[in-house]
Amino acid sequence: MDRERVKFRIGKDKAFMALVILLSFFSMVPLFLILFYIMRNGLSSLSWEFLTELSKPVGEVGGGIANAIVGSFLLVVIASLPAIPMGITAGVYLSEHKRGRLSYLLRLAVEVLQGTPSIVIGIIAYLWLVISMGGFSALSGGVALGIMMLPVITRATEETLKLIPDSLKEASLALGVPYYRTILKVILPAGFSGIATGILISLARIAGETAPLLFTAFGNPFMNLNIIKPVNALPLLIYNYATSPYPEWHSIAWGASCVLICIVLILNFVTRIIAQRWKVQF
Amino acid sequence: MASKSIDNQIDPSPRVPGLRAEFVFRKILLLSGLVIVVLLAAIFLSLFLHSLPSLRAFGLSFFFTKTWDPVSGKFGMLSFLVGTLLTSFLSLLICLPFSLAISIFLGEYFREGPLSSFLRNVTELLAGIPSIIYGFWGLFVLVPIVRKLEIILGIPPYGVGIFTASLILAVMIVPYAASIGGEVISLVPSDIKEAAYSLGATRQEVITKVILPYARSGIMAGILLALGRALGETMAVTMVIGNSNLLPRSIFSPGNTMASVIANEFTEATGRLYLSSLIEIGLLLFLVTMVINIVGRYIIKKVSVEA
Repeated sequence: MDRERVKFRIGKDKAFMALVILLSFFSMVPLFLILFYIMRNGLSSLSWEFLTELSKPVGEVGGGIANAIVGSFLLVVIASLPAIPMGITAGVYLSEHKRGRLSYLLRLAVEVLQGTPSIVIGIIAYLWLVISMGGFSALSGGVALGIMMLPVITRATEETLKLIPDSLKEASLALGVPYYRTILKVILPAGFSGIATGILISLARIAGETAPLLFTAFGNPFMNLNIIKPVNALPLLIYNYATSPYPEWHSIAWGASCVLICIVLILNFVTRIIAQRWKVQF
Repeated sequence: MASKSIDNQIDPSPRVPGLRAEFVFRKILLLSGLVIVVLLAAIFLSLFLHSLPSLRAFGLSFFFTKTWDPVSGKFGMLSFLVGTLLTSFLSLLICLPFSLAISIFLGEYFREGPLSSFLRNVTELLAGIPSIIYGFWGLFVLVPIVRKLEIILGIPPYGVGIFTASLILAVMIVPYAASIGGEVISLVPSDIKEAAYSLGATRQEVITKVILPYARSGIMAGILLALGRALGETMAVTMVIGNSNLLPRSIFSPGNTMASVIANEFTEATGRLYLSSLIEIGLLLFLVTMVINIVGRYIIKKVSVEA
């Protein structure tokens, strides 16, 4: 009787472990399915022309996504220029002032901003920039993406600088190095890899972001480098082409997805290498 | 507080070289912090001011009216509210067993080693895939599968709809719930686990009767944050939900969520009231996700301090 009970419990234990492992591995299936379909449908349309030519009207064979690649790059640059320095300085402020009313508010703001749906950021960029400038523009799209980058970089900077011991800063100050040089030349270089990781993660995140661009950058079938004109972006192109009724456009969308996912995967990969090779440790 | 004591010793006389740079540097740090706080306040204010016309015109009935009629200028968001709640909770329900399994896998069974780092990498990659790719894949792979399922079940085979959107959402939020759950489970102190083992409990009994109850609030926080993401997720949902402004009749019927209706109609919104109604939906999304995030993070902070 007792032995039966023990056997049952051991059996239940093993079954539970098997269930956990099974469910865990089952949830990996979507990743491989997605990668499989993107590669199968997308790789065939990839070519040098695909990356360097403009899109063609419906019905014509061929055509590329050069305008979307350039547009995405332009948007990322516009987003990074203000967001990276500001994110880092705000992160430094947080690590230098661990307590205090502004730090509390800032930490709260960063958390809330990070959780804000991207579509809401799009509305904001529309209200602030598109209405006042009288039209859709790359600038408004870039600002929307920049707002999304800020909290990620600020948090990464704060979390990294937390790991750096006070003694390092004190040693520098004791040598008579001014405070600002201590931060710029001692503290920030020591936390370089953590901050770089945060920047790359935020770049990977905004490179694939679509919702805030729908009514800011808007999309553009032509090449455009003017930041006050509408511009195309990879995710926008995928959205417009995937939801169109034309099979030629669907295959372009698969190819563009392939390019986008490669960019995101490479950014992730580089991030991991930096995080492992130049670990912030003391 | 090393910096504090040094602050006080700085003599603010202009003779000391570099003091000006020092002053400017501190102001820059302060300013960038202030800007982010002001930015958030400005986001709220803008959304609020621009939704005033709709707030004045419809008041509370905005939430309980299901007519969304741009032609006659009558707007109510009930069907989007229902669509959002249905997709979010359905996706949470689908996501729960999987994210819990991954949490236990990473937090208890395999804390280190190649197997756990493999699973960890895969979930991180899943979290990194852009939502537009999920939507595209869902539209061309998942929708036909759901359509076949609907034919078997004998219901109108739309393919797109609340159910398809929930499936995609579930895949997207599993990594979030799982990574937080795994962390919380690994924080469970080993003395209480060992106490249970010493009483003769099997590992399964330790997990279900000691670890999970102990980590309950942290796991809930992870699910809450995943819910926050599901509520605001736009592109993947927009592409597979069918974009119907009618009140959904079942989980297989097409619908719209709050985020997807904004994505679909914002650029076409002519007229002040139409635009303002969409912005009010945005304001609501902003406030709901804000509350969810603050509560979720608060719980997590409390849990990790206790452990």
